[in-house]
Amino acid sequence: MDENTFPNDDLLDESRRNFLKKVSTVGVATAAFTFFDGSEVLAEVPEYVSNVPADAMHVKLNINGAVKELPIDSRTTLLDALRERLDMTGTKKGCDHGQCGACTVIVDGRRVLSCLTLAAMCDDKKITTIEGLAEGEKLHPMQQAFLDYDALQCGYCTPGQICSAVALMQEAKNGEASFVTENLPVKAASMKLSDDEIRERMSGNICRCGAYSNIVAAIEAVSSSSKQ
Amino acid sequence: MKPFNFTKATDQTNAVKSIKPDGAFVAGGTNLVDLMKEGISQPSQLVDISRLPLSTIQSNKSSGVTIGALAKNTDVANHPLIRKNYPLLSQAILAGASAQIRNMATVGGNMNQRTRCAYFYDVAMPCNKREPNSGCGAIEGLNKNHAILGWSESCVATNPSDMSVALTALNPKVNILSVDGKIRTINFTDYHRLPENDATKDNNLKPGELVVSIELPKLNLSEKHHYLKIRERTSYAFAIISVAVVWEWKGPSMMNTRIALGGVAHKPWRCFEAEKFLSGGLIATEENFKKAAEIALKDAKPLKENAYKITLAKRAIMRALMNANGK
Repeated sequence: MDENTFPNDDLLDESRRNFLKKVSTVGVATAAFTFFDGSEVLAEVPEYVSNVPADAMHVKLNINGAVKELPIDSRTTLLDALRERLDMTGTKKGCDHGQCGACTVIVDGRRVLSCLTLAAMCDDKKITTIEGLAEGEKLHPMQQAFLDYDALQCGYCTPGQICSAVALMQEAKNGEASFVTENLPVKAASMKLSDDEIRERMSGNICRCGAYSNIVAAIEAVSSSSKQ
Repeated sequence: MKPFNFTKATDQTNAVKSIKPDGAFVAGGTNLVDLMKEGISQPSQLVDISRLPLSTIQSNKSSGVTIGALAKNTDVANHPLIRKNYPLLSQAILAGASAQIRNMATVGGNMNQRTRCAYFYDVAMPCNKREPNSGCGAIEGLNKNHAILGWSESCVATNPSDMSVALTALNPKVNILSVDGKIRTINFTDYHRLPENDATKDNNLKPGELVVSIELPKLNLSEKHHYLKIRERTSYAFAIISVAVVWEWKGPSMMNTRIALGGVAHKPWRCFEAEKFLSGGLIATEENFKKAAEIALKDAKPLKENAYKITLAKRAIMRALMNANGK
């Protein structure tokens, strides 16, 4: 790194490890972090991390039916806007590079990766996250099926798996094909989801614990019951 | 990620007029945003073209189909006109990425996606594509996934797109909006380029130009087609080798045969000589397919770790042709 540009220009590009190392050497502010047990710890963080730049953009995000307006840095992904700005931490950050599917949300009815979506491009779009699937205390059928079929182990990929599976139900109803769909020239009114179809269509959601067989079973259960 | 100025394009003419030399258009963002996070792309300006009215898919005057450059990959793969008349294209698109990414990615963006060469992605490594004149890390490095055709000392990377392999076989016209507001049209097979002595450019777009649509020709090629993709896991992985084949019948003979390969070169690779052989009044037999595969790979040159790709590509061509013939 060019020492002359240190620290302000390049610090955001550093890996998290280097970032943490350098935190103690730059201008800092004190902030409180809350642990899982509710206890708080004071830590030093660079002042600009919590600041939105003076030339921030203003976006209007429609999330789970509520419109949230907020100033953002143009570099902010939808994933970071949800988690870091709106405290909606149900959507998970896995790889942050579009390879794991943990960050899957539904935008205008379609599953997308929030880690590769700039928040600035989501103005006025309808965003559904895992927090928006249940109706009050009543879980969405896909959430319930994941519980019933024990379709998780650690649970970190689960919000992405569920959002993905919810959107998949609609794709199948629309007759959309996958790579394993036979006879592409003839478009089916509604797709029947075999195990192979479910596996292919869910391949963008990686489960490090390997709960795949139960994930397939949960989706198959919802798929069969919604056809009746 | 480096800071950038973000604007939304209101119309396509203004979009090409307002783009700066180091600016970039963004639509799906699936490749660009990732490259920006890695510091590989560092545009000072992003022009959001995602809301421009360039996403229609419709029949055109020459009885083919015109696809707007902003049509999502999912919409192209599932459009009734594409599934019915160009199932090869649907198949290739559905072979790529994941449902989430296909929902975001556009046709124009897919055409412009960058290589997944590990040396291009690792900013600590030399790479002529990312950093001109820094050298090629792959040519003497880990190169089992790299090119066997058309590479140069400058770059041995491969084009990662599945969609573009099918489009190379189908060869639509590409309509490009120039900075002066005029449309210029080139063949899809002339869109991507080989690295030669400048690996920085993946295609023949000029600075500031924007792909606005592709026009698929009317073809009677829906019957005998196949897209075969060989990869290290069953789904959601880039191709080691992929093959798009399609042809028409003239009585018992093959004609207008198209064979395109992915994972073998800096651009999707058309096998013109093998096509000519298979379109010369031959019938579809395993023996003829084998000869065509030999012709297609006769100029292949392996790197240290990827000689296996030559054998694999030949067998993949045969299998794709046999699968198509069996349909």
